[in-house]
Amino acid sequence: MQKKSHRCSRVVLAVFLLLLLLLLSVGVPNAQQEETTAVPEDTSAQAPAPPTNVKAYDTPNDNGHSITVTWTLSADDGAGRKNVVSYEVLRSASPDGEFELRGMAPAGENIFEDKGAKEKSDANYFPPHKDFYYKVRARSDGRYSESTVSAPAFAYGQWYHKGKTPVVVAVLLFSTFCLVFITVARKGKKLYIRPLAGIEAVDEAIGRATEMGKPILYILGLGSADMIATIASFIILGRVAKKTAEYQTPILIPCNDPIVMAVAQETVRAAYLEAGRPDHYKEENIFYLTSMQFAYVAGVNGIMLREKPATNFYLGKFYAESLLLAETGSLAGSIQISGTDEIAQIPFFVAATDYTLIGEELYAASAYLGREPVLLGTLKGQDWGKAAVMIALLLGALAATFHFQFFLNLFTVKL
Amino acid sequence: MRKTLPIAIVAGVGFFMLIQYFIPLEEFETLYEWALDWTMVIGCFAMALGLYSLTNVMVNKVRRKSPGWGYSLVALGGLVFMVFVGLVPHYQESLKYGTLFMDIFTYIYIPIQAAMFSLLAFYIASAAYRAFRARTILATILLVSAIIIMLRLVPLGPLSPINQWLVNFVLTVPNMAAKRAFWLGVGLGASATALKIMLGIERGYMGRD
Repeated sequence: MQKKSHRCSRVVLAVFLLLLLLLLSVGVPNAQQEETTAVPEDTSAQAPAPPTNVKAYDTPNDNGHSITVTWTLSADDGAGRKNVVSYEVLRSASPDGEFELRGMAPAGENIFEDKGAKEKSDANYFPPHKDFYYKVRARSDGRYSESTVSAPAFAYGQWYHKGKTPVVVAVLLFSTFCLVFITVARKGKKLYIRPLAGIEAVDEAIGRATEMGKPILYILGLGSADMIATIASFIILGRVAKKTAEYQTPILIPCNDPIVMAVAQETVRAAYLEAGRPDHYKEENIFYLTSMQFAYVAGVNGIMLREKPATNFYLGKFYAESLLLAETGSLAGSIQISGTDEIAQIPFFVAATDYTLIGEELYAASAYLGREPVLLGTLKGQDWGKAAVMIALLLGALAATFHFQFFLNLFTVKL
Repeated sequence: MRKTLPIAIVAGVGFFMLIQYFIPLEEFETLYEWALDWTMVIGCFAMALGLYSLTNVMVNKVRRKSPGWGYSLVALGGLVFMVFVGLVPHYQESLKYGTLFMDIFTYIYIPIQAAMFSLLAFYIASAAYRAFRARTILATILLVSAIIIMLRLVPLGPLSPINQWLVNFVLTVPNMAAKRAFWLGVGLGASATALKIMLGIERGYMGRD
């Protein structure tokens, strides 16, 4: 009986061990699975390392309402936890005071220009000559880490924009060329300038109008009076008007800008006075039409088809209306002389008019017409300026080819 | 004095405009902006001058019954009418833009302007016909270049890559070189003109002594 109960207890023990083994065999893989599916450490939830080495200094070459802030990137920007989203730049008038947010820079950037308005009434006014303290904080998903406060810096305006030094040198060099040749011309030395067909044709065109008893139409373009092309056109108008006064040929000048009209009236009046024929000057021939581009075209085209002018001058600033005017003039049978510094309109004028002054020739026309030595001197100066630019281009191409960065930097304008 | 004073003003303002480009100081910026504001103010006052000139010319044409005086009458009528509808308050819900002035501008003036602009297509065709006639070597080069450029949008099958290369070459080499030479010349010419005016060498725009 004892033997039987002993056997039973052995069986129970064996079953228990078997069950235990079974349990263990199921439980071990579960534990392994728990290990492999454990949630990785959430780096984005942690604040990134702060930016360091924050420096603030007056922004160079400005009007004195800006401070530039630089810093060393956070150790977690592009490396480490790689969790920097952006940097926020904060400013305060005292190191212990309340800092206000002035702007943000994206991750990877380590410079920020804190720029404000110059008007005191503006909410974003940036006072010059006042100390400011800066700190930068790296931002990551709502968590921040701030740098230490920078040394104080204040903004002030500069008297000279150092980045524009190459322009100063170019202006001085070019002015010197012009002044030297003006002096040479004043001393009586004869300067050769190549003839321009468009300029040579001016006398012929005015003579034709006189013979035909038809007026001359002079279009100053659509530019305002402060544009250099319009100013060049005024100067040529003075020369042309003097000749029309001498030949007693009427000149019609429809304008699209009242200021241009006023200057044109003065120019023509002075030219008639100089020619000794002030009585032939008619102010009503220099009139305002409209400031609207295509309404102006319609008005001028109407004048061309009604008056049939013998000669049309298109000198100044032109846009899309250039071909509409020149083609109508061509249909009206006029001799046409054009000139503009608008590169897109040059092909239209070349195709539709008899003579075209291309770009700089518009500016040179006055000197050609006047034939005054002093004016011709500036043309020679221009030629020397072009030669200097060509030499610089050649040297620049060589420097770029052979990586002489120092030489290239001499010509770089930093705005 | 009649000549000296204007030349002194031109020279002074000209030199100021030149040097302010190199001086970023606030005071110079303010003066520059002030000068620009003045040009706008003068422009507004000059509009009255323009209006006087236009009215004067049109009235004289109508009075003398000059050729095309009917157009002048229409222009005068239009001027008076637009001033009237522009000044008299007459806001109405039934009008698309609320006022007759804006409706006339939008539905009459703008379509007329668009019609005028669209004439350009026909004018380009007639000008191109004259320009592209291969009478000289230069005109022939122009014609060939124009054909190459125009064909860039046309599917040419196996020739397309070749034409594309030619288009790129024409635009980026000879065309760009010519454009840069043009801009260089314009820049120097404009600078020389400015210098002549500032120094009082060129006074053609204000007559002779």
